[in-house]
Amino acid sequence: MASVFLKIDSLTKNFGSFTALRDISLEVFEGEFVCFLGPSGCGKTTLLRAIAGLDIQTQGRVEQAGQDISVLPPSERDFGIVFQSYALFPNLSVNKNVAYGLESRRSKREEVDQRVSELLALVDLADQGKKYPSQLSGGQQQRVALARALATSPGLLLLDEPLSALDAKVRAHLRQEIKRLQKRLAVTTIMVTHDQEEALTMADRIVVMNHGVIEQIGTPEQIYATPASAFVAEFIGTMNFVSALATGSGTFTHAGGSLDVSADGLKESGQVRLAIRPEDIYLSQGTDTPRLNQVVGEVTAAEYLGAFVRISLAPEGWESTLQVDASTDRAAALGIKVGAPAYVELPPEKILVYPEAV
Amino acid sequence: MAVTPSSLSAPVRPLKPKASADDHVMRLFILMIGLYLVIALALPLYAMFSKSVFDSEGAFVGLSNYLEYFRTPALVYSIQNSLFIGVITTVITVSVAFVLAYGFTRSRMPGKPIFKTITMIPILMPSLLPGIALIYLFGRQGVVKWMLFGHDVYGPIGIIISEVFFTLPHALIIIVTALSIADARLYEAATALRAGPVRIFFTVTLPGVRYGLISAAFVVFTLAVTDFGAPKVIGGSFNVLATDIYKQVIGQQNFQMGAVVSVVLLIPAALAFFVDRLVQKKQVALLSARAVALEPKPNKRFDMIMMVYAIIVSIFILGILGMCQFAALFKFFPYNLSFSLKNYQFDLMDGGGWDSYFNSIEMATYAAVFGTIIVFYGAYLVEKGKGLGVIRGAFQFLAMLPMAVPGLVLGLAYIFFFNAPSNPLNVLYHTMTILVISTIVHFYTVAHLTASTALKQMDAQFESVAASLKQPFYRTFLRVTVPVCTPAILDISIYLFVNAMTTVSAVVFLYSPHTTLASVAVLNMDDAGDIAPAAAMGMMIFYTAAGVKILHYLLSRGIEARTQAWRISSAN
Amino acid sequence: MKKSFYRGGSLVAGALLAMGLVGATQAATELTVYTAVEAEDLKKYAARFNEDHPDIKINWVRDSTGIVTAKLLAEKENPRADVIWGLAATSLLLMKGEGMLEAYAPKGLNALDPKFRDKSNPPTWTGMDAWVAAICVNTVEAEKNKLPMPTSWKDLTKPVYKGHVAMPNPNSSGTGFLDVSSWLQLFGEEGGWAYMDALHQNIGHYTHSGSKPCKQAASGEVAIGVSFAFRGAKSKASGAPLEVIIPSEGIGWDMEATAIVKGTKNMAAAKTLVDWSITEKANKMYNEGYAVIGIQRLAKPVEHFPDNIPQAMIDNDFEWAANNRKRILAEWQKRYDSKSEPKS
Repeated sequence: MASVFLKIDSLTKNFGSFTALRDISLEVFEGEFVCFLGPSGCGKTTLLRAIAGLDIQTQGRVEQAGQDISVLPPSERDFGIVFQSYALFPNLSVNKNVAYGLESRRSKREEVDQRVSELLALVDLADQGKKYPSQLSGGQQQRVALARALATSPGLLLLDEPLSALDAKVRAHLRQEIKRLQKRLAVTTIMVTHDQEEALTMADRIVVMNHGVIEQIGTPEQIYATPASAFVAEFIGTMNFVSALATGSGTFTHAGGSLDVSADGLKESGQVRLAIRPEDIYLSQGTDTPRLNQVVGEVTAAEYLGAFVRISLAPEGWESTLQVDASTDRAAALGIKVGAPAYVELPPEKILVYPEAV
Repeated sequence: MAVTPSSLSAPVRPLKPKASADDHVMRLFILMIGLYLVIALALPLYAMFSKSVFDSEGAFVGLSNYLEYFRTPALVYSIQNSLFIGVITTVITVSVAFVLAYGFTRSRMPGKPIFKTITMIPILMPSLLPGIALIYLFGRQGVVKWMLFGHDVYGPIGIIISEVFFTLPHALIIIVTALSIADARLYEAATALRAGPVRIFFTVTLPGVRYGLISAAFVVFTLAVTDFGAPKVIGGSFNVLATDIYKQVIGQQNFQMGAVVSVVLLIPAALAFFVDRLVQKKQVALLSARAVALEPKPNKRFDMIMMVYAIIVSIFILGILGMCQFAALFKFFPYNLSFSLKNYQFDLMDGGGWDSYFNSIEMATYAAVFGTIIVFYGAYLVEKGKGLGVIRGAFQFLAMLPMAVPGLVLGLAYIFFFNAPSNPLNVLYHTMTILVISTIVHFYTVAHLTASTALKQMDAQFESVAASLKQPFYRTFLRVTVPVCTPAILDISIYLFVNAMTTVSAVVFLYSPHTTLASVAVLNMDDAGDIAPAAAMGMMIFYTAAGVKILHYLLSRGIEARTQAWRISSAN
Repeated sequence: MKKSFYRGGSLVAGALLAMGLVGATQAATELTVYTAVEAEDLKKYAARFNEDHPDIKINWVRDSTGIVTAKLLAEKENPRADVIWGLAATSLLLMKGEGMLEAYAPKGLNALDPKFRDKSNPPTWTGMDAWVAAICVNTVEAEKNKLPMPTSWKDLTKPVYKGHVAMPNPNSSGTGFLDVSSWLQLFGEEGGWAYMDALHQNIGHYTHSGSKPCKQAASGEVAIGVSFAFRGAKSKASGAPLEVIIPSEGIGWDMEATAIVKGTKNMAAAKTLVDWSITEKANKMYNEGYAVIGIQRLAKPVEHFPDNIPQAMIDNDFEWAANNRKRILAEWQKRYDSKSEPKS
C-alpha cells in the first residue's frame, strides 16, 4: 500500500458537555478513497470538518502529508471540498465558479481559461461554462462544484454527502463518475455519507461510525462479510438477529430451540446475539429427519424483488421473523406461499456471534 | 451527535485554533462596529440612567427623582394617558388593518396594487403631518368639522386618529404577511369537512394569524406610546409621556426629570419589544412547515364589499394627504383661500428655512450610505465570523436593543453623553455627524434583521468553500455576498433614508443651527403657529421620500431584470 | 487583492472624517450667537450690524425662548455660544445665577433706560426692547360666536368666553411664564392663583409656544389668544382679522436682552457686538418691530401696535420672577396640567 497521507490521532470533539467524537484514530493512504459511513449524528461530518479545519477538534492531532495541521485555519490547509448543497456562487457563471480559486494566484488569464475548460471537460460540462448555476440540473451543479474543488489540484478532496440531494438515477450515475475521476487523478478522497450502498460501491475502505466512535474500518467486503459489531452488522445490509445463550462447544439455545455455530475464534459465552444475512439462509425441502440448524415456520410475507424473493418466516417460539432471500426460481420450485410452512437451514459457518447489547 | 457526557475526568485544555489573517481582520472589524454600538447606544443610555439618579447639582440622590415623579399627579396622569392612547390606537389600527389585510389576501377585489400603494403612504410622512391635516379637517375652522359631532379634535381624539393613520401601514405589513403564509390545504380540508365560512374563519384563519396579530398589536402599541409628533401637534393640553419629556427638557430645563420620564417610557416600549421577540420566534416555527399558497376564489359580493372598504380607508389616507397639500397652498386659511406659494418661503419662518430641507436630504443620504455599510457589514460579521463568541452575542444584543428605545429617549441620552465636557467625543455635538450616528442607531434593529435574514438565506458553506480555495473573505464578500444580497441592501438603504427624512424624535434634541432638519422645521413652524408652512415642509418631505421610493422600485426592477439569469431558480 | 480592500477601507475612513468636519468650520471673526428673535428679523439684524462691522460674521442659533434657554443651560459646562443677542431677561437672570455670563459694561451704557440693564455693576446683560403681553382677538370669530370685546384680564374669566381662549403653557413657553408671573404680581399671590383658577375654566387649550395663541387667533382656530403684542401686530399686518388688546389692569413684559457668554474665545468680537447692540442705530432697528425700546426717547409709534403700551407696563420684578420660577411652575403644573384627562 502507498504511504500514509492523512493521520488522525486520538481526536476528540466536544460541544459543550457533549462529546461528538471520542478518541478517533485513523490513517488514510495516498490516493485512497475512504468513506465515513454512519447514521445521522454519528460524528462523521464533524470529523470531516475537523480535517478541513472548519470546526477544530477539542483534542487530538491531525497530520497531512507529514505536516501537523491540527490547529491551522482552513485557508492554510490543502484540500478541496464539495457540499451536499453544491454551494455554488449563484451570481457567478460556471466558468467563474470553477476559476474562483485560480484567479489572483498570479496566473495568467489564458492559463486560467485553459484550466477551466480542462476541468469542465473532465466533468463532462465542456459547453456549459457560460451558464449560471441555476440554469443547470442538480447533477450538473454538483459536477461544477467538483470541478471547482479540483481546480487548485488539492492534495485532499473532501466530499460531504455530495449525492444526497440528487434523485436516484442521477445519483447512481454520478457515483461512478466521481469514482472514475478519483482513480484517474489519484487524489486522496474522503467522502461522508449515510448511504451504505454509496459507501460499498465507491470506497476503497469504509470507516463505520456510531455515537462518536469508530465501529470498524475495512474494505467494503470485510465490512459486509465480517461486521465487527452488531451495530455494523445491522447498519450494513440486512441482518437477522436472535438472542441466545451459549451452552458450550458452539451450541447456543434460544427461545425457539438451539443452533450450532462454527465461526472461527468463537469466544463469546453467556447471553449473545446470533446474526445471519438473509442470503446466507438456505431454503430447503422439508424433511422429517431434522437437519443441522433446520428451522420451520409459517411464511407471513413474500416480497417479489425481481431476481429474488424475500420471504418472512415466523418459526414457532422465535422472538422475531426471519428474513430469507431465495432466487425466484427456487421459491417457485418449492411452492412458497403465504400461510404455508417453509423449511430453511442456517449454515453454522455463516452465523455471526455478538455480545448481547447491554 | 452523541449525547454522552464527556467522561474524561481531568479537564484538558482544548486546542486553540490558529486564527487566519482573515479571522484577525474580521475580529478587528466586529470590534470596531461593536465599539460604534457601544459608543452610540450603550454609553448614552447608561449616561441617561445615571442622570436619573443624580440631582441638578450632580449629587447622587438614589431614587428620589423617581419618588418625586410619582408624587407629581400631572406626570402620573401622563402614564394613564399614554396607555389610554396606546390601547385604543392598537385596537382600532389592528382591527382596521386586519379587515384590509383580509381583503388583500382573501378576496379578488379589483385595484389591489393601487390600494396597497395608497395604504403605504403614511410611512413616507413625518408623524406630525397627519396632526396638521386634522387641524384643517376637524379644527375650529375645519372643513369637515361636523364629522366629530361637536367633539374637540385637540386631545385624545386627534392623537388617536393621527396614530391610527401613522401606524396603519406597519400593522398592515405584518398582518398581510401572516395571512399570506396560510396553508391552502387547511382550507381545503376544512371545506371538505363541510365547515361553513364562519367556522373556517374562526377555526382556521384566526388561529393561523394569531401570532401576526399579537406582533402587530405590540408594534402599534409601541409606536403609538412613544410617538412624539402627533401629541405635540394636536394633543392640546392632553399630556402623554413623550410630550412630558419634551416639556421637562425644553420648557423647564429639568434634565433629571426628563431622564426619569425617559426611563418610565422605556418600560412599556421594552416590554412590548420582548414580548414581540418571543412571539416572532413562534411565528417562525409556524412558517417552517411548507405550505401551499392560497388562491382566493372570485366571489362578486365579497370582493365588492372588500373593495368598498379599501376605498374608504384610501379616502381617509388620501384625504389627510390632500388636506396637507391644500393647506400648504392656501394664502390665509380660512379667510383667504386663493392659492399662493408664500408658505414655501421657509427662509422667513422658524425652523431654519430651505437649508433644513437640504440638510435633511444630506443627512438622510449619509445615514443611508454609511448606515447600510455599517449595518450590513456588521450583520455579516456576526453571521459569518469565527471566534469571539461572547462579543458576537453582545453585538447581537446591542443590534436588537434600539427597537426598544424610543427616539426621544435616545436623543436625550445623546445630550447627556455627547455634551459632557469630559467626553472627548463632544466635538461631535452639534454636527451633522451626530445626527447621522443617532439616526443609524435609532433605526438599526430593523435594518440589521433585514440583513441577517438575507445572509441566513445564503448557503452557509460559501465561506468554507472560499477558505478551501484560499480566497480572502473580503473577496467572497464583495464578489458573492454583496451581489446576492443586493435586494436586501437596497431595502436597508431606502428604509434608512426614508426614516432619516421623517424622524423627529431623536434629532429634535440634537440639531444645531447649521444642521436644522426639515422634520424638525415642521415641528418648530407648527410650534410657532405657522401651521401652513409646516404643512408645506411636511409635504416636501413626503414628496422626497416618495420619489426615492419610486426610484428604488425602478432600480430593483432593473436589477431584477439584469440578474434574472441567476435568480430564477430558487426551486433547486 | 489586499490592496483594493484597504483602499476601500480608507475611503470609508476618509469619508467619516470628512463628515466629522462638517459644521466645525472656523474663522477668526465668526461669532456663534444664540437668539430667540423672530426668524424673519434675523437677516435684517445681521445685515445692519455688518454695515458697521463687516469683519464679524454672525452664525445664528435661533429657537424659541424655552429651547434656547434649555440649550444654554444644557451646555453650561461646555458653552457653544459666544454671545446671546435677543433672549428674555428672565432667562439671562437664570444664567447669571449659574455664573454663565461675562460682566461687561458696553460703550454707551448710560444712554440706556435704567430698567434696561442688569442691576449689577458692571452689568451681565443689557436690554434691547420690551415685548409685552397682549390679547389677540379674532373679530370674525368673535362676531360669529357673539363674544364681546374683552378689555381687561378679568374679562377673560366671564362665562361667555368658555372654551374660546388659548394661552401658552408657562412650563414650555417664556410668554406663558411672563403672563403667570405678571398676574401674580398684579393680583397678589392669592388673587393671582384665584384669577388663574377662573381663567382655566375658559381655556380651550394651552399651547407650547408663546406666539401660537395669537397665530391661532389669526387663523380663527381660536377666538382669543393670550400672547404678546409684537406677534399680534405682525399677524394683523399680514391681513388677519385681528384686534390687539392691552388689558386695563396692566401688562406683564419682558426684555429681549444681550449678554456675553463666559469663556468665549472671541471676546473682542463679542464686545464689539454687545457695544453695537445698544447703539442708537440698533435701537432704531428694534423700534421697527417693537414699541418699547432701550433708549425710549428714540421710539416712534409702530403700526398695528396699541399706543398705550408704555403706560400699561407693570413694574415687573424680574429678580422675584427668576427666583420664584421653579415654585410657580410647579404650582401651575399641579393646578392645571393634571386636569388634562381624557375629555371624551
